[in-house]
Amino acid sequence: MARKASPEINAGSMADIAFLLLIFFLVTTTMDVDTGITRKLPPPVEKDVDDVPVKDRNVLKILVNSHDMLMVDGKRSDVRLLKDKTKEFMALHPDNPDYPEVTTRYIEEMGKDFPASKGIISLKNDRGTSYEMYIMVQNELARAFNEMKDEKSVELFGVKYTQLVDEKKIKAINKIVPVRISEAEPEDIGGL
Amino acid sequence: MSRFKTKKGKDSPGINTSSLPDIIFMLLFFFMVSTTMREVTVRVKQRMPEATEVQKLEKKSLVSFIYIGEPKNTKLFGTKSRIQLNDVFASVDDIPEFIAKEREARDEADRKFITTSLKVDGNTKMGVVTDVKQELRKSGAFKINYSTRKKVKRSH
Repeated sequence: MARKASPEINAGSMADIAFLLLIFFLVTTTMDVDTGITRKLPPPVEKDVDDVPVKDRNVLKILVNSHDMLMVDGKRSDVRLLKDKTKEFMALHPDNPDYPEVTTRYIEEMGKDFPASKGIISLKNDRGTSYEMYIMVQNELARAFNEMKDEKSVELFGVKYTQLVDEKKIKAINKIVPVRISEAEPEDIGGL
Repeated sequence: MSRFKTKKGKDSPGINTSSLPDIIFMLLFFFMVSTTMREVTVRVKQRMPEATEVQKLEKKSLVSFIYIGEPKNTKLFGTKSRIQLNDVFASVDDIPEFIAKEREARDEADRKFITTSLKVDGNTKMGVVTDVKQELRKSGAFKINYSTRKKVKRSH
């Protein structure tokens, strides 16, 4: 029984086919990794609910007007100073009436009480504020809180917050250093 | 000038191209893995602001995008900042429907993890962004992400 040897498949055009596929994927896909600042919006307020009274010393008011100018606690300020100001405000100053009140909060993950500042950062912007400025402010605030988390984490666990692996520890730090940023209900504050 | 004549039988051997497909396939797989499909045609300018404290957006399938910015085609659409949902320009009133549809498209278990990514051009005024945020609050899409580019730290 004579068997005919099957002819070899010509693989010379394989490269062309692969090139075609490659170019197709190069054209239809994007490579950018999406990064950004994650925030949680508050649920909408009901109309008949009165504003919860917050003591003046507990609030750091940040205003940005339509000319991208910044006002922190009634004084003109600069974005570059914002991070340190926030950190100073949120740091614990027991028995100092110029700074927010200090309470203790029980942290389940650690099994003991921790002192916590009652301070809130209140951010208010005009409709004319540029988005770039708004992100700059948000970024500085995020930087302040991230640094505080880092410091707390080093103090408690000996490693930076970003290097923590244990879910429980991450949760604990997030509870000890909560990101307390409140955005005001929008209204026109102008700025001419 | 017979000096320059090449001697017969000493042709340089052809380069073996049999492994070329393999190399190309390797490249192909690299691009397939490291990239994502482009889903919508962005019709607004997108020059994101820079920030240092950025987080990566996890789970792309649970992210819905809202694009805001100046239209690319200013002759046709003017220079006023516009909102783009999916492939078309939209107004603020269309956002609840958009959010509802996005929610509908996901598994019931995943719905509470949906993040709305705001891809906003740096030159946009906050007014339109605030309107969008108010609408998102009303629709119950609380998790948002301000899309920004990562700024490289110059000094530490």
